Amino acid sequence: MTAAVIVFPGSNCDRDAAVAIERAMSKAPLMVWHRETHLPDVDLIILPGGFSYGDYLRAGALAARSPIMKEVVARAEAGVAVLGICNGFQILTESGLLPGAILRNAGLHFVCRTVALRVENNRSRFTEQYALNEVVHIPVAHHDGNFRAAPETLNRLEGEGLVAFRYCDDDGDPGDSPNGAARNIAGILNDAGNVLGMMPHPERVADARLGGTDGAKMFDGLAKVLA
Amino acid sequence: MNTSNIPEMALEFGLSGNEYELTIEILGREPNITELGIFSVMWSEHCSYKSSKKWLRTMATEAPWVICGPGENAGVVDIGGGKVAVFKMESHNHPSFIEPYQGAATGVGGIMRDVFTMGARPIANLNSIRFGSPDHEKTRHLVSGVVAGVGGYGNCVGVPTVGGECTFHESFNGNNLVNAMTVGVADADKLFYSKAAGLGNPVVYVGSKTGRDGIHGATMASAVFGGDAEQKRPTVQVGDPFTGKLLIEACLELMATDVIVAIQDMGAAGLTSSSFEMAGKGGLGMDMDLDKVPQREDAMSAYEIMLSESQERMLMVLREGTEDQAAAIFEKWELEFAVIARLTDTGRLVLRQHGAVVADMPIAPLAEASPEYDRSWTAPEPRAVIRVDDVPPPDNPSQALKTLLASPDLASKRWIWEQYDHMVMADTVSGPGGDAAIVRVHGSQSALAITTDCTPRYCQAGPRQGGRQAVAEAWRNLTAVGARPLAITDCLNFGNPERPEIMGQFVGCVEGISEACKALDFPVVSGNVSLYNESDGQSVQPTPAIGGVGLIDNLDATASIAFDGPNEVLVLVGDTTGHLGASLYLREIAGREEGAPPEVDLEAERRNGDFVRGLIQSGRVTACHDLADGGVYVAVAEMAMASGEFGADLTLPDDAGTPHGFLFGEDQGRYVLAVSEMVGRAILKEAESAKVPATVIGNTGGDSLTVDGDWPISVSELRAAHEDWLPNYMAQD
Repeated sequence: MTAAVIVFPGSNCDRDAAVAIERAMSKAPLMVWHRETHLPDVDLIILPGGFSYGDYLRAGALAARSPIMKEVVARAEAGVAVLGICNGFQILTESGLLPGAILRNAGLHFVCRTVALRVENNRSRFTEQYALNEVVHIPVAHHDGNFRAAPETLNRLEGEGLVAFRYCDDDGDPGDSPNGAARNIAGILNDAGNVLGMMPHPERVADARLGGTDGAKMFDGLAKVLA
Repeated sequence: MNTSNIPEMALEFGLSGNEYELTIEILGREPNITELGIFSVMWSEHCSYKSSKKWLRTMATEAPWVICGPGENAGVVDIGGGKVAVFKMESHNHPSFIEPYQGAATGVGGIMRDVFTMGARPIANLNSIRFGSPDHEKTRHLVSGVVAGVGGYGNCVGVPTVGGECTFHESFNGNNLVNAMTVGVADADKLFYSKAAGLGNPVVYVGSKTGRDGIHGATMASAVFGGDAEQKRPTVQVGDPFTGKLLIEACLELMATDVIVAIQDMGAAGLTSSSFEMAGKGGLGMDMDLDKVPQREDAMSAYEIMLSESQERMLMVLREGTEDQAAAIFEKWELEFAVIARLTDTGRLVLRQHGAVVADMPIAPLAEASPEYDRSWTAPEPRAVIRVDDVPPPDNPSQALKTLLASPDLASKRWIWEQYDHMVMADTVSGPGGDAAIVRVHGSQSALAITTDCTPRYCQAGPRQGGRQAVAEAWRNLTAVGARPLAITDCLNFGNPERPEIMGQFVGCVEGISEACKALDFPVVSGNVSLYNESDGQSVQPTPAIGGVGLIDNLDATASIAFDGPNEVLVLVGDTTGHLGASLYLREIAGREEGAPPEVDLEAERRNGDFVRGLIQSGRVTACHDLADGGVYVAVAEMAMASGEFGADLTLPDDAGTPHGFLFGEDQGRYVLAVSEMVGRAILKEAESAKVPATVIGNTGGDSLTVDGDWPISVSELRAAHEDWLPNYMAQD
């Protein structure tokens, strides 16, 4: 299988994602510059974390209009797996691949800490290595992670099982979110289940040396499913 | 601006009467406004080190592993495997007091530029920040702005902020300190320097456009603040971390080719100091067309272009004929690229604008023969040594411990470091909160240990011991995680050097630093001096912040401060006499800021540290913490709090003396280790033969701390007090 990591000006977790992918898939991903207008055949596209375009205008707003995004949208609609992490999640909502919008954190500060998440959907290709309701620990690092959507959209996401991860306490019970996100939502899937956007950074806990491997399961699972 | 009276303007620009006379002597005529501006920034304290260089020359700067010492953009040490660590710490005190967010952000941006200028990818940022009393009306605003600024730049660029320190004292009320450190890693055979070479080679400007921000920033940073600090806001630069990130990537991409002859970032004094330094080091001249300089605003004068401190700009000398290849890379990253000058053999900087020569100055006298002062100095009166018996014991030691852990200097700084991305780049093995951060060298099994440290109240109490202590504590921090300390960068923050007592503090601290560097084989490879840190006659406490870097060869043999489990033995390494002079206990519990600081016995320091490092590297230590503010009791409490669950029962040794001296004394060169009982017995013997004092002082277990079975206090109660102070303080209106 082949993966691609899209690199926008200001992306800064592109290398981290590439390392996690290579560890799981024994093959380095393609690094694709945002100005490209064509994507080779790939099985997985990653929109990495960072500050694309310096978060100017709105986080993810300018990157969503980069030349490569036309291709990314077309591939997503054709069923290719697309994972947006942090700034990548913001780009996914800005490009319309996922619903809702992501606002400034409720506390108004950047927040970097490891948080507990409950796995709410383990039927997607991204999450099938996790148990349903499993509590995992994955770091967040963002200034704008406050996921918002209209109540009917949130109801639909919940009703159709499209919430992938929710912030919780260490026991899996509802806890404080680091950013004030609606209904503690940390990550969501699109209707077809092939696009996942999430604020936490699984690529930062894909190496036991860095204090955890809860993120490795996601990349290992993708390697297995997409192989 | 009134440009008719040049001698008057010289004074306004901060040049002394003698310095102005010297400009006429060098030029053979009166300087014009542009030339005068150039002289004044080049000879500012900030750029010329005119008050400090006599003393800086006395520092130890060499070791077999040092590849490049002071004098370049950053210091370089060998870390094996064909790699080098490149690092430096720099102050941005004055701008951060005037405009905390931008001042701190551009401090971080500036120090990162120094590091990647040499060809290194920045892998870690740290900082050392000092604020006034928490009760002072400006403090909360400054903390909030500085922290947001440090995070705002580092987070966006995507370099983890892995450690630092933050303390408070009223001496910083009118002049906070913001010192930023960056560590980078480069291939040993791919380092870049600033010495220009090659007649006719193109001099290229890259990065952001030049605007009217930060004009004369270096001069502002070389004067004391009066009541007019607010009015100096236009001299503060404005940072753009997004462009900073693009500039890093573009420069590193260009550095992977072989087209760069020399490179220098535009920091303090912008285009002026970068062009003078590059040409000066190469013994060459430069013929520059200012019309080619990318400009953000219309009708900028030569004076404004040369004095601007706009951020995210670099100057480089390329090999003739490679301009197109280089330009393509900067075009990809959407950054400015312009050939603005050629190297000449005249030894002069000639500036042209609109077809006319607007400045024509010899380079050598400015870059190298700038003024140097042997400022008069007086050593401070030695303070009396305070005996333990002269300090009242606490009513309840565990409550005193809790008070200390919740005091501003010791309270948890989580509120700060959670605003910094300390994990990006996915190599942070150990981030904020330990003795030293551990950052893996990407793609390898080795790592760098990094710390910043200084205890200003010791430097105030006795500059020489304080200088020694700052270096020793940095060395100890690195040792406590199992690293071999390699070298330091220093950032020397003092008041007005024209006052002999302040100059005496500087001389004393430098002397102490030098002694410690020599005794510990821990040389200075880069640094920065920040003087005139005073406001309305109130000087800051002398603060020579030390940034230390060490090497961990094997990530499997390190230690953290957290207890790993119950029933482990606690071993105290080092001599304890119960020194309470200038201690945190004396200040926070007894309300007294007095007494001589603890002596730093550098031979014992080295012996004890080498012993502890050997134990950690042999894999037998489960937790280690060096002793600092608050002594044994605070250290053990921090180890318990870091574990999340395990407490400890302390046992006062028979020769402990007065309990509060033993518990809170700040004798130097000490560590607490947690080891298994069997290892404990073995290492007591090994310590004896190594002539290292070592004593069992208790064991881990339970969920509270006790001393000889008394004064129980739960770890969760301590943690709550420790964690709550700063968020509660910042939440107040």
